[in-house]
Amino acid sequence: MSLSKGRFGIHGGQYIPETLMNAIIELEEAYEHYKNDPEFNRELTDLLNNYAGRPSLLYRADKLTRELGGAKIYLKREDLNHTGSHKINNVLGQALLAKKMGKKRLIAETGAGQHGVATATAAALLDMECVVFMGEEDTKRQALNVYRMKLLGADVVPVKSGTATLKDAVSETMREWTSRISDTHYCLGSVMGPHPFPTIVRDFQAVISRESRAQILEAEGRLPDAVLACVGGGSNAIGSFYHYIPDEGVRLIGCEAAGRGIDTFETAATVNTGRIGIFHGMKSYFCQDEYGQIAPVYSISAGLDYPGVGPEHAHLHDIGRAEYVPVTDEEAVNAFEFLSRTEGIIPAIESAHAIAYAMKLAPTMDKDKIMIVTVSGRGDKDCAAIARYRGEDIYE
Amino acid sequence: MSDIRTAFENGKAFIPFITCGDPDLETTAKVVRAAAENGADLIELGIPFSDPTAEGPVIQAANIRALSGGVTTDKIFEFVKELRKDVKVPFVFMTYANVVFSYGSERFMARCCETGVGGIILPDLPFEEKEEFLGVAKQYGIDLISLIAPTSADRISMIAKEADGFIYVVSSLGVTGTRSEITTNIGDIVKVIRENTSVPCAVGFGISNPEQAKHMAELSDGAIVGSAIIKIIEKYGKDAAPYVGEFVKSMKDAVAKA
Repeated sequence: MSLSKGRFGIHGGQYIPETLMNAIIELEEAYEHYKNDPEFNRELTDLLNNYAGRPSLLYRADKLTRELGGAKIYLKREDLNHTGSHKINNVLGQALLAKKMGKKRLIAETGAGQHGVATATAAALLDMECVVFMGEEDTKRQALNVYRMKLLGADVVPVKSGTATLKDAVSETMREWTSRISDTHYCLGSVMGPHPFPTIVRDFQAVISRESRAQILEAEGRLPDAVLACVGGGSNAIGSFYHYIPDEGVRLIGCEAAGRGIDTFETAATVNTGRIGIFHGMKSYFCQDEYGQIAPVYSISAGLDYPGVGPEHAHLHDIGRAEYVPVTDEEAVNAFEFLSRTEGIIPAIESAHAIAYAMKLAPTMDKDKIMIVTVSGRGDKDCAAIARYRGEDIYE
Repeated sequence: MSDIRTAFENGKAFIPFITCGDPDLETTAKVVRAAAENGADLIELGIPFSDPTAEGPVIQAANIRALSGGVTTDKIFEFVKELRKDVKVPFVFMTYANVVFSYGSERFMARCCETGVGGIILPDLPFEEKEEFLGVAKQYGIDLISLIAPTSADRISMIAKEADGFIYVVSSLGVTGTRSEITTNIGDIVKVIRENTSVPCAVGFGISNPEQAKHMAELSDGAIVGSAIIKIIEKYGKDAAPYVGEFVKSMKDAVAKA
């Protein structure tokens, strides 16, 4: 019998140093216990509803629908959550779990800063210490979020190693965890890393599709024809897809960051350009060279700028249940501007990747078709960077 | 079975770690020969990885220097094959799971066998995942080296019972790098290991001077030193070999007294 746990098809597993194994086992046991504990679930639901502002709206985007002239488009508004993104769903779950486990300190990686801000927020609320590791490059791209984390009482550690982006922040947080385990929980921000993280994070993010499924049935009396979400590690996407996976008629479409294009080296589209490998605790698809050296990926979006993808997405790709499409920087920036003008909603540049593909797909679909696009976060944090992309020299 | 056991037949073992290709393979060849001539009992050869998550800053930097210099897994196999003509000390590779997986597990083990590398240390491959490589490793007579950490507790006996070659006892929490003090009760860990296996065990992580090496060798079958050697290579670059030789001699002399 195989000892390996947390597999999604051939993907997943627990490829981590022995030093962390007992901590991971402890986490798995605690999660298995608390996920069915009525008191834990009551507390978490209370936090989600009365602190984070759930359920989030399923907004019928009439103007966007009219402009694109095809499928009826609904937006799942995760940008309206407290802290401005879907990240809070997972963080409140993990922080509460860590607290129950007797941990006093949360550590986290962050790319765009959304997960770092959410973790710092939960730590402030639950009286826990918080240290966030962020690639030095990203601390520059997302200076405002660095300030927000500090304001919330967290320490932000700029990571200078490697490419100084998200993957290096993950590596550094893992290193930190191996050096201080007993009082510290690694609050991992995406559906990646070693088991049980991909499952825990998915379960906490599955609230997105649990709500949207009920909301669309209420609004339309039927399921959607397609669900779109952006994919870096893939947490908002798996949350958006999860409760539709058994519904074969619902197309699930993950939108990857193609950067300057999947035919260039400046891309982060893992499923489209990567190969199977083992990294950051999991077997999955990774952007890498022929010798397995992890590639220095690129995207305008700091949150999608990651060379791997969660193992459940890798599996959904393998079995053909979900599609993964590349979206370039230019397409995402156009969508960022388009949604702002048509609906008065400024999406995170990450979420704009999903909007961009919706702009391509919706016009090809009949008007009686329905599409749900997850707006995973709000775009205020990106305004200065997009302005610079367009040649305007503004700084926060 | 590999030749690793012979490394523990000359009293307590001293095991240096050297990153292949840091700063280039010509230097690595000189450093390995200097280590062998000065009493290294087993040499850990690092195949650099872009994102070495178990390493501290010193070995991370060595990985970057080596990869920037253009070293690859294929070049390292050719290099080891050449080295093997005159260096008889047992070798093990130390790298990360993706380097082996990406090369093709069977192809990797076959080349280890062909070039005379007796074992592989993969810090990101815990007991539960070793089946990933164990079948092909055994087929080619390559030992997958098990690691035991200060946090292993109830896992020690399970790991020790199935260990091959030698057991790498991680002295401290955290990543590789020199430490002024090692607080883990190594003696207790080794006691449980001994109850479960006759496979020798050596202690690594944080050892930087002869006193620490001697102390760790008293508690186990040998001492492993990485970052302290990499620092010498970082300092002296292409001229590092005699300095590494001198350091290895002082460390081997110290463990021999244990």
